[in-house]
Amino acid sequence: MSKILDEPRYVCALGAMQTVQAINRAIPIIHAGPGCASKLAGSIAGTTGDSGYLNPQTYPCTNIGQNEVVFGGEDKLRNIIENSLKVMDGDLFVVLSGCTVEIVGDDIDQVVSEFQNEEKPVISVATAGFKGTNLQGHEWVINEIINQYLSRKPQKEVIKGLVNIWGPVPSYDPFWLGNIRELENLVRELGLTPNSIFGEFRGLENVDKVPQAEFNLLVSPWIGLENVKLLKEKFDTPYLHYPTLPIGAHETSAFLRAVGDFAGLDKKQIELIVDKHEKEYYYYLERSVDIFFENRTASKKFTTVTTAANALAVSKFLVNDLGLMPNTQFITEGVPEEYEELVSGYFKEFNYGIQANVVFSTDGYKIHAQIEKEDFAGAPLIIGSIFEKKLARKLDGNFVCISVPIKEKVILHSSYVGYHGGLKLLEDIFTSVYQSFN
Amino acid sequence: MAINLNNKVLESRESRLGSITGFSGSLSDLKEDFACGGGCVENKGRCFSQASSCPSNCALGQLSGINDAAIVQHGPSGCAATAIGISSNYDLLANALGRDRSHFAYTCTDMTEADTVFGSIDNLKEVVIETYNRYHPKVIFLGASCVSGIIGEDLEGILEDLEKKIGIPVAPIHCEGFKSQIWATGFDLAQHAILKYIVKPPKKKSNKVNIYGFTQGLSWNTRSDIKRMFDAIGVEPTYLPASATVEELEHLSEAVATVTTCSTLGSYLGIGLESTYGVPFVRALPPHGIIGFEDYARQLAKVVGKEAEMEAYIKQEREYYLPKLEKVKEQLRGKRAVIAMGPGFGTNYARILQEFGLEIQHLLAWHLDKQYDDGNKPAALKHLIKTSPNNFNYSVNDLQNYEFMNILNKAKPDVFVSRHPGSTVWAMKIGIPAYCVYDEYNSFGYKGTLRFAQTLLDIITNRSFAENLSKHVSLPYSKWWMQQKYDALYEIAEQVV
Repeated sequence: MSKILDEPRYVCALGAMQTVQAINRAIPIIHAGPGCASKLAGSIAGTTGDSGYLNPQTYPCTNIGQNEVVFGGEDKLRNIIENSLKVMDGDLFVVLSGCTVEIVGDDIDQVVSEFQNEEKPVISVATAGFKGTNLQGHEWVINEIINQYLSRKPQKEVIKGLVNIWGPVPSYDPFWLGNIRELENLVRELGLTPNSIFGEFRGLENVDKVPQAEFNLLVSPWIGLENVKLLKEKFDTPYLHYPTLPIGAHETSAFLRAVGDFAGLDKKQIELIVDKHEKEYYYYLERSVDIFFENRTASKKFTTVTTAANALAVSKFLVNDLGLMPNTQFITEGVPEEYEELVSGYFKEFNYGIQANVVFSTDGYKIHAQIEKEDFAGAPLIIGSIFEKKLARKLDGNFVCISVPIKEKVILHSSYVGYHGGLKLLEDIFTSVYQSFN
Repeated sequence: MAINLNNKVLESRESRLGSITGFSGSLSDLKEDFACGGGCVENKGRCFSQASSCPSNCALGQLSGINDAAIVQHGPSGCAATAIGISSNYDLLANALGRDRSHFAYTCTDMTEADTVFGSIDNLKEVVIETYNRYHPKVIFLGASCVSGIIGEDLEGILEDLEKKIGIPVAPIHCEGFKSQIWATGFDLAQHAILKYIVKPPKKKSNKVNIYGFTQGLSWNTRSDIKRMFDAIGVEPTYLPASATVEELEHLSEAVATVTTCSTLGSYLGIGLESTYGVPFVRALPPHGIIGFEDYARQLAKVVGKEAEMEAYIKQEREYYLPKLEKVKEQLRGKRAVIAMGPGFGTNYARILQEFGLEIQHLLAWHLDKQYDDGNKPAALKHLIKTSPNNFNYSVNDLQNYEFMNILNKAKPDVFVSRHPGSTVWAMKIGIPAYCVYDEYNSFGYKGTLRFAQTLLDIITNRSFAENLSKHVSLPYSKWWMQQKYDALYEIAEQVV
């Protein structure tokens, strides 16, 4: 059986450069070939890479060439780190290594250790492309920030009510900024203080607070589990692993109750918050029921071709909130085998004992072939990446693009998370009703 | 110097052409360099560098445009990022042109750590066969990666067997990222493969003109302008390589001429078709701006033998557009510009801005080709050196953002004109209006030139966005760096290999 990646939907571990960039004023230093950063950025984040305080064209990079392949790249790395500290205005420098230098055998830890006494922290993460995916790279970056940076600082006292939020992967989740902000809002409404390290104006200040949290909140099926376990080991911080990114009233209310319970908050207080939101949410839904249920084109069954996080979030919403039925859910980010059972278990817990078949696959061709064979009792609703657009058209189905490669809509700060996110997803799904004959 | 299609591996531009990625000086230094035979302007290394780009994305990105080709990437998943990058874009192009793209595929062997130790050539073979069975493309390109190159995977060794099994050409592309610091080497690799593995000897002459470019002139309906000009001399364009078919490529040798919108991009194919099959390569200025367009039009007409017809076309266009252009030029005169582009487009746009009466403060090239594979020097550069009214700063910089921000911050031009994704925003961050010449036909012919002049004027007139943005963002560079000379971190010459 050949190993084939057809219609790639993830990239290699070096793609974790986006995780570093997402920490305001953290600077990735790429120890790899000249094209790795631009290629990866062009794929995950759009044609230009994520511009921001940095964009990938500003990442310091050793641009490894023939010389370094033959003689090693340690001297070059030393030079680039030294000058990065002079040229770049940053707070944390993270050396990320690529395939070439790891095969050649550069002693990167040794070179990086020479900068231990610099004013600005310099750490390194082994992110050779052949070692794993960008999702694993994301976890490794956070682990090394814990190991090489946070663990070496003097420990401070726990701050009551402070909750670290983990889950959405910067850039690879196209809605990461909006999603993290919405999770923060929900946690804040409970009277807790959210702390996340990604996005605007968070930066090292929030990274530094991570060990002081009362607990870690991981909102993701599997990505980040390694990180919260490491934080437990290093700082004895308990964690709540909540697998479902909550979309819509049913899931968001469940999320608020679970977090509130874990934090030991007053149940009555939580119900007041839930009640307020559900009232507002159903006000909008009541107004639009005819759009959802009185047309000739909307779907009754759906499939997702996306990450475990998106597949779970969307299917919980569509089943438990909107009352649709799930066909097979295809999970495409290369979930490590050891997590497959855990992840597929989450798809057996819908209302009324409804279960969804889960397929882990990185082969777009086979995924599409199976979707074509399945019965949707009408127009299928396909939630996936741009690769599914043609398929949806072929099957006369409805389509919403939510994961890489997205190339379908511009996302500045929108999100599908929370009560408002559920309304937004409904808008996007049912827009197609108006775009076809009814 | 000539193109040798028997070469298994095409050397980089650095070693074939002496192209460079680091230099600081002025336009007059290049003049002297040309006078001394191309050896005076030497490459400078850097003590600090930022992520550039590699031949792989260019080579495989270009080849991905071919509608019935498939790419099999032999490397870790990240190398196949190109498949994500190009996804939907070429589909949109094919849809707009009503062309079939259902046979295209981009697959990857997804090499793992074990593969780096034991190799995975057998898996590569299986993936090639599987890709063929799924999509039935007419050619398969094997994209090498840094990993496959370093561990010594023998791509040539499997070709014969594969071609026997699937009956279509299988072409290895040696675009290992570490082999060249000049991403344009990737253009040559793509064209080398087209020439070596696809183009067939001519059976009959056609009235086709090969246009090697990036798109198909689809933006703002330029396609109809190109057609109008080609109709005037009775030829038909074959747009390459985006949305082309393998069958079209097979017949390139039958064309009446080859032209390109960018000599940095298309020279290898033009020279190769000329030296191998006698298809004339039009070495004119690219068709941008009035001077460029007229040179291109006249030289193409000369090859086709329709000079009188072209003169009639030019006369008619001039009468309609030039008076309008003069009015815009009046308002652009004396404005100052900094340009950052590839070496072909950059020299070209410097000339156009000078036609408009702007003053060039600094021209920055992503690399510098002092010659092409036929030994000729770039026409646009020769022309610029000869005609520029002033000597201005010239530097070579492979996307080194810290260098060009340093330059821009001191020059404070009225406008920054660039051509690369992710470059424009940086000028705007310090309040400088910027324009990205994204479309290769942006200033094609008289109509395009007028449009470009008007756009520049609009951008210079309404600076709101850049000014607003600049008040709210900061640069990721230290104060120390912004006060240095932009070439302060060049290695001293002795250290350069």
